[in-house]
Amino acid sequence: MALIEIKNVKKQYTSGDDTVEALRGVDILIEAGEFITIMGQSGSGKSTLLSVLGGMNHPTTGEIEMAGVKLYQLPGEKLADFRAQNLGFVFQSFHLISYLTAIENVMLPLAIVKMDTPAKKTAARQALQRVGLGGKLDRLPNQLSGGEQERVAIARAIVNNPHILLADEPTGNLDSKTSGEVMALFRELNDAGQTVVMVTHNTENGAYSDRTINLKDGMVV
Amino acid sequence: MKLHTISINNLKRRKAKMAFLTIGLMVGIATIVTLVTLTRSMSSDIERKMDEFGANILITPQSNGLAMNYGGISLGGVTFDQREIREEDLAKIKTISNSKNISAIAPKVLGGIKVGSRDVLLVGVNFDSELKMKQWWQIFGDVPKSDNEVLLGSDASKVLNAGPDDSIKINDETFTVAGVLDQTGSQDDALVFANLSKAQKLLGKEGKITLAEVAALCSGCPISDMVTQIAEKIPDAKVSAIQQVVEGRLKALDQFKRFSYAMAGVVVFIGSLIVFVTMMGSVNERTTEIGVFRAIGFRKSHIMRIILLEAALVSLLAGFLGYAVGMGGAKLALPFMAESKNAQLIWDSTVAFGSIGLALTLGLLASLYPALHASKMDPTEALRAL
Repeated sequence: MALIEIKNVKKQYTSGDDTVEALRGVDILIEAGEFITIMGQSGSGKSTLLSVLGGMNHPTTGEIEMAGVKLYQLPGEKLADFRAQNLGFVFQSFHLISYLTAIENVMLPLAIVKMDTPAKKTAARQALQRVGLGGKLDRLPNQLSGGEQERVAIARAIVNNPHILLADEPTGNLDSKTSGEVMALFRELNDAGQTVVMVTHNTENGAYSDRTINLKDGMVV
Repeated sequence: MKLHTISINNLKRRKAKMAFLTIGLMVGIATIVTLVTLTRSMSSDIERKMDEFGANILITPQSNGLAMNYGGISLGGVTFDQREIREEDLAKIKTISNSKNISAIAPKVLGGIKVGSRDVLLVGVNFDSELKMKQWWQIFGDVPKSDNEVLLGSDASKVLNAGPDDSIKINDETFTVAGVLDQTGSQDDALVFANLSKAQKLLGKEGKITLAEVAALCSGCPISDMVTQIAEKIPDAKVSAIQQVVEGRLKALDQFKRFSYAMAGVVVFIGSLIVFVTMMGSVNERTTEIGVFRAIGFRKSHIMRIILLEAALVSLLAGFLGYAVGMGGAKLALPFMAESKNAQLIWDSTVAFGSIGLALTLGLLASLYPALHASKMDPTEALRAL
């Protein structure tokens, strides 16, 4: 059984009299431990697909099943709990919290977990060491380079050992050298067993993944 | 890392905004503290002055008499069926349910006597309670300490041609003038004051009194209730309240109080509005941040806790500062507002805890909608902004 099953997912946005079909019946199966790249031009629906996959955007029709759980049938705040326990997000602009240090940013997903502070610190330190930032724990985001900020964002995404790591254009704001380093890091995480789903329009990034899914006009092509 | 770490660090980062928020709320709280403390201190000052002013309950014998005087000119009167008040009955006054409001009871016995060839009015008093009630009395000489000493009113002193240490004869008995009252402008100027028991003997009214004045002056005293309670205890007496002066002053103070509360209400409303607008602005500024929190699995309640905790911390600080600044303001303003120069500032823990509690309540209420708004933010919107 696949780790993620995306079944006939459609998503429509309505603005006044206009209706935009961002996703038009997407079917994808992703196995545990896979590194998937979803590629497509701007407006192809890849970011919408990632937000639907991340449990943050209800599909108009269709179903997402993740580790045997039908995501959008979860009641109330259970969906938020599911995100906290099973998903890790890496955003294009890193979106680190500017007033928290690197280690505090990484500990953020653990702020809502019942765990003592030393254990949280240990987990965050290990995550930062994994991404090669063990020596910059107490730096604020503005004291880090773009590549280092991206690494902190990745550490934040993996600190709670999620089943799936979702990344939205993770190299969008990085130069080509740093992009290569970040992609190598994703590859390394995947080699260690982490399932990764990455949205990108950069074809070079696709080379690091196991499989590339192309989207065009809201459909898999 | 706990949720409060996020709140505290955010407050540290947005120092200017949080200072503005704190000041906005602090001004409101300080205004309330100043006004409440001022009105309380002024009330206390007036109460003290009223205690000095004298009696406000008068106990006289029950009679079917009609007074015949107007504008201080007495034409006598028709009195019949007059009853006496027994001195022992006065002890019953202290058994009324509002006895704690009674500060002094001053019994008096009155009667005409001859000093030499002059007819004068002798008043037997208990000097301790009389002096407590008539704190404006200025005495040249001493207060009578023994039965054969008297105190003369200023006019009586002139007419009888007697001053301190002089002797006068009352009913063939010699008395020493212990002291003379300074001019009071009242009926006291024409009287001769002696010890109550001695005067009762001289007038042949042992164990009886003509009237008693009761000082129970304080703004919170239920004077009319006390009048009823005393009348029940001494049915043979006529108990009446002297309320005009008291009521006039209290009415003025009450108007000031109402004005103060209205003003405080407006200031608090503006303070709350500042908190609301600032918190709302802060929430809108943090759309992306809140979106990230939601994306990584924070529940709506977690977001609310972060925002409300920030509001609570700022409000507590505003409450503490507001109390301190408010008390400072009251201290500065009291000399200009109070009637007497030695008015005392009232330090009350209720006002301290109340101001902190009020700041906390207002801060949390004004932040409730921004917190709800933040918690309901769609994480997709935040993602879309990325």
